[in-house]
Amino acid sequence: MTRSITALVVAPLALVALACTDNEASSEAGAVAVTSTNNECNVDAAEAPSGNLVFDVKNEGDQVTEFYLLADDGLRIVGEVENIGPGLTRQLVVTAGPGSYFTACKPGMVGDGIRAPFTVTDSGEPVGPTGEIAQLLATATTQYASYVKDQAAQLIAKTEEFAALYVAGDDDAARTLYADARTHWERIEPVAESFGDLDPRLDLREADLVDGEAWTGWHRIEKDLWPPAEGYTALTDDERVAMADMLVADTQELVDRVQDLSFTADQLGNGAKELLDEVATGKVTGEEEIWSHTDLWDFQANVDGARIAFEVLEPALRTKDDALADLLTTRFAELQTLLDQYRDGDGFVLYTDLTADQVKELSDAVNALSEPLSQLTAAVVL
Amino acid sequence: MSGITRRQLLVGGAGVAGMGAAGALVASMVPRDDREASANSGGQSVVPFHGVHQAGITTPAQDRLYFAAFDVISDDRSELRRVLDAWTAAALQMVAGQEAGEFGAVGGPYPAPPDDTGEALGLPAAHLTITVGVGRSLFVDADGHDRFGLADRLPEALIDLPHFPTDNLDPGRSGGDLCVQACADDPQVAFHAVRNLARIGFGVVSLRWSQLGFGRTSSTSSAQVTPRNLFGFKDGTANLMAEETDELDRHVWVQPSDDPAADWLVGGSYLVARRINMHIETWDRTSLQEQENIVGRTKGSGAPMSGGDEFTPPDFAVSGRGGLPLVAEGSHLRLAHPSMNSGVRMLRRGYNFTDGSDGLGRLDAGLFFIAYVRDARTQFVPMQANMARNDLMAEYLEHTGSALFAVLPGVPEGRSYADALLG
Repeated sequence: MTRSITALVVAPLALVALACTDNEASSEAGAVAVTSTNNECNVDAAEAPSGNLVFDVKNEGDQVTEFYLLADDGLRIVGEVENIGPGLTRQLVVTAGPGSYFTACKPGMVGDGIRAPFTVTDSGEPVGPTGEIAQLLATATTQYASYVKDQAAQLIAKTEEFAALYVAGDDDAARTLYADARTHWERIEPVAESFGDLDPRLDLREADLVDGEAWTGWHRIEKDLWPPAEGYTALTDDERVAMADMLVADTQELVDRVQDLSFTADQLGNGAKELLDEVATGKVTGEEEIWSHTDLWDFQANVDGARIAFEVLEPALRTKDDALADLLTTRFAELQTLLDQYRDGDGFVLYTDLTADQVKELSDAVNALSEPLSQLTAAVVL
Repeated sequence: MSGITRRQLLVGGAGVAGMGAAGALVASMVPRDDREASANSGGQSVVPFHGVHQAGITTPAQDRLYFAAFDVISDDRSELRRVLDAWTAAALQMVAGQEAGEFGAVGGPYPAPPDDTGEALGLPAAHLTITVGVGRSLFVDADGHDRFGLADRLPEALIDLPHFPTDNLDPGRSGGDLCVQACADDPQVAFHAVRNLARIGFGVVSLRWSQLGFGRTSSTSSAQVTPRNLFGFKDGTANLMAEETDELDRHVWVQPSDDPAADWLVGGSYLVARRINMHIETWDRTSLQEQENIVGRTKGSGAPMSGGDEFTPPDFAVSGRGGLPLVAEGSHLRLAHPSMNSGVRMLRRGYNFTDGSDGLGRLDAGLFFIAYVRDARTQFVPMQANMARNDLMAEYLEHTGSALFAVLPGVPEGRSYADALLG
């Protein structure tokens, strides 16, 4: 069978030709040009056919501006593009059904913005289920917030237990609990990392220390529990108490802060991608748990967290891009199958037990998942 | 359910009002930066993609190389096809000096990662060629198992190269299921090509090894001057040239009569890749007389030691004082010469490389040898076996990487790299 890929190959070239032609033309058919100045919001069309609307928003003022498409109540945001610096052009792509809307530029990012009525005429084409998707995304973000709170609750419980064992000098039991407790941290790592003050206190690796910086948190205790054979001075009992108390206090602070957190769909999608980035740069290289070598626990936890974010977004994704949802489902399953090969009892084999070929195979599976996962955010929010 | 995807949304698929409007929408949204159009060189630095043979073989050798070998990590033949199709589309764009993907580097939606990685924005096409080949391991695995239903299409000449004396091969720099040779006037353009193809392939193919070559060591057109290798000598003076079309048919292009099982490869070729480390520090301590004796040519003009200028054919019979031949018995020129190798010739297309230093105060550098042949069993194996044993130069060389690939025939318009291979 000889399959033609003419469509695949020719289409982009045709686009180039179109683009060149149209760039020379005075107006850009299809997209609505918006010019935002310090005191004006010039929208070059007052109406557009229903379906997918594109606004090219150029900031000709000297302040940062924003552009909104608002529903006819003037309150509900149908679509927005933020942080448009002076001189820059940003695009807003939005799906809108027939009806009355408002456009609004917000130079200086304050006030109600400079508004004008905007009409979406009936193109006769069915418009995507915007209401349904909005509902699905709202459900997704609520579910994810619950997940974060649940993981934080388990994290503090196990952290307290771990800290008590460590202070009591029950090092064997502390070592056994270490990776298990950290699982709950690693599952919500992008959320935890969003707290720029807590993250370094809790999760800084020795290699990331700046000269003279105090080293605290999980990895400080890790080194004390799995000390290097030479050149290491164990922490004193008092130092252990201080280190453990701080670990518990900072973790409690994290738990308190996540109680009121709410999330947006793009945070979920990007969080899933970031979790796989963590795997790619820290876990699959064995750099995260340099003393305990429990990197595969963290690996699994990162994957868990990413999969949850994907799963809560999946109903919304299914309405937009079934193929991407299928691919992600497959790739998550393939990576999980591979990870399961390294299960040992309740946990995993140590990173140092993996051969170079096994690490390469894991890395390939991470890449295989990460590439389509990087498409998740745009697929659900656009 | 309309099932609008981002792609469909922007390209104009389901749910968008009319294709005309959709086309216009995209046109306005994707102000593609045609690098070629914006460069002063106009269209002159674009090498045509389509043809009977792939570009990048007889194309006048560009100055820079980025070579990559991939393993196929999927066992799904349709996935392999999908990647090869996508590679074709991206290669077409990139050799034309355009960005890869539907939206390029900056024309896509804001919340999505860009299609193209962007480091070639604003650069000309730079004579980029992308040449794709397949290794024996794509057809059968180490145990001889048919991987993709291709075992009956395995060309007889696509062998595992034998071990040669002075080989010190690193498996991490050898072999591979697929290869991509990206050559360009600008290393960033060549790098960009490999990077984007690797990205497109994630999940199906995985980079096995790669090699940057910083300067060509061969001419493939009589219009080019002969470059120098890291020993400081002109290399490949007697190389096969693009202008010698009959000789190319004889020595480079796979012919219809060659292998009934591999008629799909007609118009293709075989690529021998050898990463040859050169012990340049010890070489540099060698007298000029010794260096010229080893090479068989003068260092300055490149003339054979038997006299004349660079392009004078060597006379192996001429002897000097003591009856010793002027072109020494073990000289590189003599051993590599067609007259010493049953008349076989190769199209050499190698590049000087360096990969930093070796931790012992020496440069990790040498020749990334590339030769295109019609059959490596007769054109490379006997010659290399002889040279590894008898070449005076051998003590300065260490082969650290090796691969043999069947290079796909040229891709006709509207077709894919996959078509010849997968049928």
